[in-house]
Amino acid sequence: MTRDIRIDHITSTVARLCQEANLLLGQDVVSVLKKAVDTEVSPLAKETLQQILVNADISARESIPLCQDCGTAVVLLRLGQEVRISGGDLYEAVQEGVRQGYTEGYLRKSIVLQPFSKRTNTKDNTPAIIHTDVVPGDSLEIVVMPKGGGSENMSRLVMLSPAQGRQGVIDAVLKAVDEAGSNPCPPIVVGVGIGGNAEKAMMLSKEALLRPLGDPNPDPELAELESELLQRVNSLGIGPQGFGGTTTALAVHVASFPCHIASLPVGINLLCHSARHKEAVL
Amino acid sequence: MPRYISLPLTDETVASLSAGDNVLLNGVMYVARDTAHKRIVEAMEQGTQLPFELEGQTVYYMGPSPARPGQVIGSAGPTTSGRMDSYAPRLMAAGLKGMIGKGMRSAVVKEAIKKYGAVYFAAIGGAGALISKTVKKSEIIAFEELGAEAVLRLEVEDFPAIVINDVHGGDLYQNGKARYRSV
Repeated sequence: MTRDIRIDHITSTVARLCQEANLLLGQDVVSVLKKAVDTEVSPLAKETLQQILVNADISARESIPLCQDCGTAVVLLRLGQEVRISGGDLYEAVQEGVRQGYTEGYLRKSIVLQPFSKRTNTKDNTPAIIHTDVVPGDSLEIVVMPKGGGSENMSRLVMLSPAQGRQGVIDAVLKAVDEAGSNPCPPIVVGVGIGGNAEKAMMLSKEALLRPLGDPNPDPELAELESELLQRVNSLGIGPQGFGGTTTALAVHVASFPCHIASLPVGINLLCHSARHKEAVL
Repeated sequence: MPRYISLPLTDETVASLSAGDNVLLNGVMYVARDTAHKRIVEAMEQGTQLPFELEGQTVYYMGPSPARPGQVIGSAGPTTSGRMDSYAPRLMAAGLKGMIGKGMRSAVVKEAIKKYGAVYFAAIGGAGALISKTVKKSEIIAFEELGAEAVLRLEVEDFPAIVINDVHGGDLYQNGKARYRSV
């Protein structure tokens, strides 16, 4: 049996998620930020964390985006193989949702054509970057993740030698966060993808960012690595906004995948303190 | 307690500011980011008119989200300053006193801050909703066709900022990190 999902439903859902992700700070992020206010050592850093929480209140109450950089719209689709999309083209429906969400939601349009020459703004924040997984079932899960330029510019792909092992991974992550400093708007969430190949490692690092903050990694070895990385990242001293402090990251999330005998790819993707993403299941 | 600072900045005010100072800015600032900087420097090279007089002024690296009806401005937080590093020394040489953004500046910019008597402030990146409430007036004064990259003249009240690079060579990003670093 197949289940029909109409494209207008997909468009309206994407439009809503674009707005919600830009206006409503996740409850998981709010609780981790509140904890950080208590544990942070630097007075200036503490005050900065409090202002980030006040910003979220104003954003939700007055519908002013959390950040003026409303991001590249990254859309992840988990499409059940028993779903039939009716009424038109799935990807065009997603793009139309982004177009409507960014226009009707007074969100900033930041996408330009001809990236190394004219850089003409498309004026509706399309095209979105769309990733699709086909999965069992008859539902469509949609994740909208607006990703800011400041944090995305700090991404890294490092192709380690297998001999560098776990320590090599730790060193690569610390180097990336240390060099990024204040640029990705700390306190950040650090996404780390280990294994696969070049593009798989980057994709894993981005997907890892979607796990709710505070949820433990189900794999004990990865959970231990996350905990060590978080402690070490927070020893770098960068602190909220780079002003100095003990809260450089709110979380480190690691995902791994098998890889070639000759390789140890590590993808690193940093997410600002707004950690924007919203999900829906149709 | 934060210190109240009037804009435009005077040389005395600039000299009195130290890295790590918590300030509230009051007065007029101009918004310009990537393409606007490119055009301002081109105008300087060609000797044509600049969108605003640089002498004593403060530039805010920012590109707002659109204002809803009834709002002065949309979300209005800082963008990454490093992208303006190649232009900033030229502007300081022409009299610019203040820069507001987020993130580290190059060694060349830090030297220019000392040489020309300027100051670099950080606003909180990702606090665009909070910062928008301090903007009391906003008008487009140049390059309207650039949309979010147009040059704006803002009047602000109690705009929160932190001094990062002062005229004496102080650098909060370096000092702050060194102070809390335990590796």
